[in-house]
Amino acid sequence: MSTTTTAHKTKWWSGGKSPFNLEYGKVMMWYFLMSDAFTFGAFLISYGSIRFSQNFWPDPNVVFNAFPGAGHANLPLAFVSVMTFILIISSVTMVLAVHAGHKGDKAGVIKWMFWTIIGGLAFLGCQAWEWHHLITGEHAVLADGQIEMIGQTMGGNPWGNLVHDNAALTAALNNTPHETLVQLVHSHDHSKTAAELTAMTDVQLRGMVDLTEMHVREKGPIAFGGYFYGITGFHGFHVFSGVVINIIMLIMTQKDVFKNRGHYLMIEKAGLYWHFVDLVWVFVFLCFYLI
Amino acid sequence: MEHPAFEEVTVHHEHQDDATFKKKVRKTTILLSVITIIELAIGLIIYTMHKGESPSELLVLMFKGVVCILTLAKAYYIVAVFMHLGDEIRNMIMTIVVPLLLFVWFIIAFIYEGNSYKNLRNTYDKHFLESTTPVKHQKTEAPAEQKSGKE
Repeated sequence: MSTTTTAHKTKWWSGGKSPFNLEYGKVMMWYFLMSDAFTFGAFLISYGSIRFSQNFWPDPNVVFNAFPGAGHANLPLAFVSVMTFILIISSVTMVLAVHAGHKGDKAGVIKWMFWTIIGGLAFLGCQAWEWHHLITGEHAVLADGQIEMIGQTMGGNPWGNLVHDNAALTAALNNTPHETLVQLVHSHDHSKTAAELTAMTDVQLRGMVDLTEMHVREKGPIAFGGYFYGITGFHGFHVFSGVVINIIMLIMTQKDVFKNRGHYLMIEKAGLYWHFVDLVWVFVFLCFYLI
Repeated sequence: MEHPAFEEVTVHHEHQDDATFKKKVRKTTILLSVITIIELAIGLIIYTMHKGESPSELLVLMFKGVVCILTLAKAYYIVAVFMHLGDEIRNMIMTIVVPLLLFVWFIIAFIYEGNSYKNLRNTYDKHFLESTTPVKHQKTEAPAEQKSGKE
């Protein structure tokens, strides 16, 4: 490629021209992204540090095993791989938009920017579903000698060690208040409505619970929720701002701003940001879902 | 482009013709997808290993190491090809990459720190050790010891 000659001519900077042979805004975008990489890096390393300080950490395949419309089916990694592919594909459409900009092909830029925005919105939709599912999906945990139903929130983590001690579970079930029993039965038995279950006695409700089937766990490390929502939320915020920037770029292209300017460098800079969002997701995916 | 759009850009990168460009993008896309699929496969292998009676710690750690390396490969392709950093002047590449080398120290120091904190707590805080260490299937704990995972 051309870089060999370019690099040769500008190897030693002798003044009078840009040492990097790059437009100012693009250089600054690179340095911004580098600093942003340190922000994300600090978050992820702090998560790693806390994780190494625990004897137990929830298995991601147990936590992230749901798929929209699949009910209670156990599908580890399925949904997050969809999200990952959405981001990779939207990165590719961004490359194509930048390339169309190089050629001054306005229609091409509009077409590929549109698909990039769609990809970004699809990713955000997936993330919203995933968060909603984790926060509202309640799981049975054994805490303080009784069964509790908790979701994955900032203040509670239902993914602790599996409880194998059936005697302790039976004892805990006898201490469990009526409302929790209703929730517990309702979470796996949909043949009766919550109102019907509420009308039943505690003894009847206990008889409907199969504790070995329930996979009751202890409470897991509280830090899990804060790190997960904090880091994926910060990444989601980057995706959101990327989508907003892309929409602005699309409108500016439509209004011939770049055509009149004679170049589509702004698309390149927005593209750098968008690829960075994909790059960060690669590491978030690694740290939270794979290892 | 005949005339430079900005005065600081003195030498233009020659733009590849459409065919080479399309080939390069297609190749990179396929590469990224294949690496992701391999990562997912390894993730599922780790999952099945965890479900087994006694997963080999070393093997799980090795698989996790492989996933980390694959992720770095993915990051390299995104930055070098999609972000075109590979096409820039060497000095420009260095001003981005050299500061990122701080991460080597950053990761080692903080992971070591976390691990050391765990060892100290396990040594001096027996309650932490007993209440958070995973229990094997056969052993049964007395109900009194069933405590929440972490304070």
